[in-house]
Amino acid sequence: MHSFPKMKKNIFMLIEAFSEAFGLILSADADLYEILWLSIQVSLTALLISIALGLPIGTTLAIANFPGKTICITVINSLMGMPPVVIGLLVYLALSRSGPFGVFGLLYTPTAMVIAQMLLITPIIAALTYQVMEDLHKEYRDLFFSLSIPLDKAVAAYLWDARYSLITAVLAGFGRAISEVGAVMIVGGNIDHLTRVMTTAIALETSKGELSVALGLGIVLLVLALVVNGLVTTVRTRARHYGYA
Amino acid sequence: MREIRHSGQPNLQIRINNLCLDMRGSRLLDQIDLILKQPGVTMILGPNGAGKSLLLKCIHGLLFPTWGSIDFDGLNKNPKQAMVFQKPILLRRSVMDNMRFADQGTQTDTELEQALDSVQLLEKIDHPATQLSGGEQQRLALARALLTKPDLLLLDEPTASLDPASVVIIEKLIQQATQQHIKSIFISHDIGQAKRLSADVIFLNRGQVVEYSDAASFFSDPHSDEARAFLSGEIVL
Repeated sequence: MHSFPKMKKNIFMLIEAFSEAFGLILSADADLYEILWLSIQVSLTALLISIALGLPIGTTLAIANFPGKTICITVINSLMGMPPVVIGLLVYLALSRSGPFGVFGLLYTPTAMVIAQMLLITPIIAALTYQVMEDLHKEYRDLFFSLSIPLDKAVAAYLWDARYSLITAVLAGFGRAISEVGAVMIVGGNIDHLTRVMTTAIALETSKGELSVALGLGIVLLVLALVVNGLVTTVRTRARHYGYA
Repeated sequence: MREIRHSGQPNLQIRINNLCLDMRGSRLLDQIDLILKQPGVTMILGPNGAGKSLLLKCIHGLLFPTWGSIDFDGLNKNPKQAMVFQKPILLRRSVMDNMRFADQGTQTDTELEQALDSVQLLEKIDHPATQLSGGEQQRLALARALLTKPDLLLLDEPTASLDPASVVIIEKLIQQATQQHIKSIFISHDIGQAKRLSADVIFLNRGQVVEYSDAASFFSDPHSDEARAFLSGEIVL
């Protein structure tokens, strides 16, 4: 059991750490902002690639009928729950010098982190897209048949009419990417000024006892997560309110 | 083969040849043999589960018959069809955008507005379609279907549970469509409506055509016990 003075000291240390953390954020600390900027760059790049892959995969699974479709859906759904460290390990094996893509020298670079995050969130975006599109396809298909709508126009209509739900899926993917630590730690190596992102920096600074830096990054990450979730909620609420979702 | 001839000029002729539809091991439509020559509205009547909607979907091509065929004769062997569903399917867009989507750029906004005016929805032009009332949604669905200038209009209980004002508007539009030589096949549970609109009547029960005759004969002197019971308001099993 802790004595009261020790508890008091711990609370004081925590307040001091928070105060230093806010100081770092407000003073535009170069190291902190470098880490923040790299985190956003890596996660946004991974997100854009995942959108380019996940939306067509999800839409195809929802609309098209082909042999093995159920297996593909099962695989995509299973990949959603893939542990990030396993993805990190697989990407590490693929990009390491003895791996099939070792020749490109991508290990411990931001590109490797992008690949890991992309592999992590593409199944999420694809699976969420599939669910959204499948519901919409069930709702619209008879109408599109009746109006003789060509496939390209039908797909465009699905994407447009599902846009609010798809934005939610995309933001969920971004939230997952930016908060990822295990995979990027393995493939990025958490190298200062090169591959250090918010999550890996928090892990490092905490282990070093540098609580103010860890807390500063944690606050930024938390604010980012809150903004993303706030956006998701706002988009969904407004879309429902106006009957577009 | 049941056939009925009318004094009106033959326009679109629909031949349903020995049509059977099996689903999940059950025969839901059984040897439907009809030739629909009558212009105007062909009303499909029958108790719940008789197969009315299934027959309509087969005609439209949404369902493939297990057996038999449907052929169209007349000026156009592949007539343009439009269907209005019992539960209107509307895009998650504004009223006007729903019209634009169906029209595919062949008509001007003014023409689309006129079409909306005909169903008294001009004031709701910018409203989200899915937030309209049930009657307004169905009126929009009908206006959108007519926008495609169909030769054959299929209506699956379009006025079920609607307010009387919407029913009047929809019936008026269907009568106007008939004047424009659009053939309609209409499912209804409302016998009064069937009397007001129909030129001929198909009475279905348990997936079979029990009776097919012109409307006057059907309502004044139905031949089958089932049709007589149905018209007198009894529950037909």
